[in-house]
Amino acid sequence: MNIGQLDFYTQAILSLAALVGLTSFLMLGQGRLLRLVFVFAVQGLLLALTTAVAAYSLNIPHLYISAALTLILKVIVIPWMLRRLALQMNIHRDVEALKNNTAVMLGGASLMLFSYYILHPIVQTSSIVMLNALAVSLSVMLLGMLLMISHRQAVAHVVGFMSIENGLFFAAVVATHGMPMVVELGVAFDVLIAAVLFGIFFFHIRTSIDSLDVDLLNRLSEVDK
Amino acid sequence: MNWLLAALQTALFVALAPLLAGWIKWCKCRLQNRKAPSLFQPYRDLLKLTRKQPVVSHQASWIFTTSPYIIFSAMVLAASIVPLIAVDLPTSANADVIVLIGFFSFARFFLALAGLDIGTAFGGMGSSREMTISSLAEPAMLMSVFALTMSASTTNLSFAIGHVLHEGLVLRPSFIFALFSLMLVAIAETGRIPVDNPATHLELTMIHEAMILEYSGRHLALIEWASQLKLLLYGVLIANIFFPWGIAETLAFESLSYGLLAVIGKLALLALLLALSETLFAKMRLFRVQEFLSFAYLLGLLGMLSHIILEGAR
Repeated sequence: MNIGQLDFYTQAILSLAALVGLTSFLMLGQGRLLRLVFVFAVQGLLLALTTAVAAYSLNIPHLYISAALTLILKVIVIPWMLRRLALQMNIHRDVEALKNNTAVMLGGASLMLFSYYILHPIVQTSSIVMLNALAVSLSVMLLGMLLMISHRQAVAHVVGFMSIENGLFFAAVVATHGMPMVVELGVAFDVLIAAVLFGIFFFHIRTSIDSLDVDLLNRLSEVDK
Repeated sequence: MNWLLAALQTALFVALAPLLAGWIKWCKCRLQNRKAPSLFQPYRDLLKLTRKQPVVSHQASWIFTTSPYIIFSAMVLAASIVPLIAVDLPTSANADVIVLIGFFSFARFFLALAGLDIGTAFGGMGSSREMTISSLAEPAMLMSVFALTMSASTTNLSFAIGHVLHEGLVLRPSFIFALFSLMLVAIAETGRIPVDNPATHLELTMIHEAMILEYSGRHLALIEWASQLKLLLYGVLIANIFFPWGIAETLAFESLSYGLLAVIGKLALLALLLALSETLFAKMRLFRVQEFLSFAYLLGLLGMLSHIILEGAR
């Protein structure tokens, strides 16, 4: 099966899948918060594009709604909120020195291979597009988790969490032509509420440990002082 | 007849190179709200330099005086490999893209030697920086080119371009990655802004200018011309590999002139893009170039991987 024999929309979805995977890698290696949020917004944009392409090629009009929702929430509202939070707390100039960046990147690459390896027997019977799309979405989820593990800033954790959701959404769009509308709306508002709650949490974390570096939470303040 | 056309195409390459440099300068000036020099200013500069008497240091060996000729001829030979307006020409069918990279590194080798030859501090510094950067840029370039050649299953440029042409519009993830990677490499190799600034002689930041600081007269003209040619070569590589539509497949007069128009249009757009990015971005520290180029390498590698995995070439 060669890519030249697939139809144009499948090719477009495959290319977008590759770009979504790339943005996950970019987020993993990014030490600056504002840039991290920007790459997250780009990933959201790519997701919205994928959804729109899928809606057009499969002729499912309700996917247009979820594309618009993705565009509004994940490209505009949530990045804007995160950006404003970072600016308000004056942490946007901190460059997070990523500990063992190379190891994390290698770990990310092996996670991607791992997700291919895992999904290979599952989708043996279905089309190649399915394999690739599912593998990319699984690796986006795993890379989001790795992002949460490797970064120390709480804002980066939120971005990692949201990118896990992005991976799930991508799988839902490509593999099952989107979730039912009720579920999708519910998830979208959950994500929005989560972003608001995280903002409140940030302020709480900051007032209690005077930083957003969650590694400080590992220490007992009475003992170490 | 074909050989004659190939020679003509190479001559066209050499003749067009200063025009591209002039066009980029014009775009940059307009973007920065300055009054732009004429498009033909680079030709006048070259002419002026050839009329001047070259000044050569007493310490200079034969390497210093012959290097400009070697560099220029290597670039001309490289230009003969790359299809500019027609695909099926004997010179580009004879050699492949690895030979092209070989010519580039041959020219760079002599440029670095010439920088070291005089023994000034700047020359040595420039040579060392150039070699550092190119040692990182070359693998990235090879990676991105391999991503292309794997899907065309040939390393020959004219066959690869023909393959892309005949396949029609296919969105390949590997091509997207390879395109970005090749663009980054082209910026680094031709010494454009985030990596090197071609317009200044600021001691601490210059790379290419540091090596050729001691050159004057016709030697300088040849080296300047060669670097303009290199810029044009990268531009044509990007334009013709990834967007080959419009290039002449037959050697009839109409298709050739159409091909010329198409390639000029594509190059003008690419140069506009370059001028925009040069206006928007600041030059980065020398020690961050390594990150920039490793990103290019990563993109090339992803291109190859996605060719194997995503496009299902098994």
